Amino acid sequence: MKLLEVEDLQIELMTEAGVVRAVDGVSFCVGEGETVTLIGESGSGKSTTAMGVLRLLPAGLAVLSGRVELAGKDVIADPDSIVDVRGRSVSLIPQDPMTALNPVFTVGRQLAGAVRTRHPELSRSQARDRAAELLDSVHIPDPSAQLRKYPHQLSGGMLQRILIAIALAGEPRLLVADEPTSALDVTVQAGVLDLLLELQERTRIGILMITHDLGVARVVSDRIHVMKAGRFTESGEVEDIVERPQTEYTRKLLAAIPQLDAPSTTAPETPAGQNVPKQESPTPAPPAEAPAASPAEPTATTLKPEDARRPAGATGLSAVPGTATTATTAARPEGARP
Amino acid sequence: MTEHHNTEHRADVVLRVEHLVVDYPTPTGIHRAVDDVSLSVERGRTVALVGESGCGKSTVARALVRLVKPTSGSIVLAETDIAQLPEKKLRPLRSKIQMVFQDPYGSLDPHLTAQQIVAEPLKLRGVSTAERNKEAAHLIDLVGLPSTALNRGPAEFSGGQRQRIGIARALASRPEVLVCDEATSALDVSVQAQVLKLLAELQQQTGVSYLFISHNLGVVREISQDVVVMRRGQVVEAGPTQQVLSQPAEPYTRALRAAALDPATIRGRKPRSVLAVQGKVA
Repeated sequence: MKLLEVEDLQIELMTEAGVVRAVDGVSFCVGEGETVTLIGESGSGKSTTAMGVLRLLPAGLAVLSGRVELAGKDVIADPDSIVDVRGRSVSLIPQDPMTALNPVFTVGRQLAGAVRTRHPELSRSQARDRAAELLDSVHIPDPSAQLRKYPHQLSGGMLQRILIAIALAGEPRLLVADEPTSALDVTVQAGVLDLLLELQERTRIGILMITHDLGVARVVSDRIHVMKAGRFTESGEVEDIVERPQTEYTRKLLAAIPQLDAPSTTAPETPAGQNVPKQESPTPAPPAEAPAASPAEPTATTLKPEDARRPAGATGLSAVPGTATTATTAARPEGARP
Repeated sequence: MTEHHNTEHRADVVLRVEHLVVDYPTPTGIHRAVDDVSLSVERGRTVALVGESGCGKSTVARALVRLVKPTSGSIVLAETDIAQLPEKKLRPLRSKIQMVFQDPYGSLDPHLTAQQIVAEPLKLRGVSTAERNKEAAHLIDLVGLPSTALNRGPAEFSGGQRQRIGIARALASRPEVLVCDEATSALDVSVQAQVLKLLAELQQQTGVSYLFISHNLGVVREISQDVVVMRRGQVVEAGPTQQVLSQPAEPYTRALRAAALDPATIRGRKPRSVLAVQGKVA
């Protein structure tokens, strides 16, 4: 069943410089349990598409045409129908978790508010219980304590989980995630993306993902639409787009990503004996791209402060060469990837 | 490595940081943002400083160009320790270490033209107006902008073009060390690739050294020969980039490495296993 069907969507924005056609006839759909990703560089129209689908663009300044069917309602032909679906059948996960919440209310109040929007019949204490359940479902430890906190007391990764919980409060069938991890650190990003995939496995929720990051798109998507200048330049299954791109633009996008494993092109190899001492007898570290820990035991590589034990006295590059060697060889195998 | 080699290479070191400590006062007491960091940068080479937000890497950058005064430790540039130098004595040395800022939108004066922005550091060096304009035009050409760019203001340029102007300005005072603080992070991936290529070319032409601050390991791998990994104000691992990234010894580096999603190496549909670097909330 299709949760979202978009056909020939066009969005024109009224700007000072005149009318800009930000989205120029795109068609796609998202089904149950599917992640569909719009990927593109800044100004490609990917976020405008998502905001247009949710009717979150300012009414006087954006003109939409085409067909957008959300949970069976055409929100372009009948703009008022969006209020029946937004926050219920479909929810948004915004880009910047640090500014998306109201700073003067506790997290609990904002989350309980979202719960009661969906279920006005719930009492305050029932709504609070439901809010705690939702925080638990996004893996926030000690939910009832977190509910009493204000946004500034929480980290970015934590706030993004709370925003996901708020999005889930409406019991949506479709999530629109607009660059949900772009403002987060990479290790935090991994946790949030894993949460989205887990939610999808558990509830078959559909996800429309907006990102500029091909790595993120590769991990979460079933299908990818590559967007440029308001149009899809290439669409297809995730493996086809990444491994067998058909258009020059997609190939260029992929080529522009700095590779972590392929031979480097610009940085020359460090000549032996320069700057940093060679490891004399390094503990053979497992290759980082080795099969990752099974999802059943995800805590195997959980970061703990004590894991990042600082090499005693080891401080830098050539300043203290001897200690740097000690530091690297002293790396303990525990905490390592299996 | 022998002591002999070591001394030999030290002659080539243009920037040596030892036991750098930076404290920030906060309402609840002193926050130690940088805690005993040492590193050195050799002529014509690139050292990358890696870590997640809040690890202190930008504070190191700001201390090196003396936008903040270190609490203790030394920053040796051109055989002078600039860590505690008073502003008057520091000023003639400032040209030797320059910075390219993260945000290409906030770091250029909107009232000046590209040529004026690039020429400004030359003014401080006492170069004549005619010479200044000529040199600025040369630098703008060097960073790959057309001559029509000279008389346009920052607002008329894209993010990548602005970053090129920022690089040209930093190069105008002929620095020995260029500190690039997340210089490509605000750019689209295709533009980032162009700026990285430009930085590599400029290094070959001018012999400038880079301290390249980034959270993106792919970028770090591309541009640097050596890498320093920071966490919570401290160095957790340091060494040749190839080695640290291919065989990270510290669990933290390993987690950073594993969390960098490289589309070319990912297999399967929606593979949650590649995300299992971190099971719980950070």
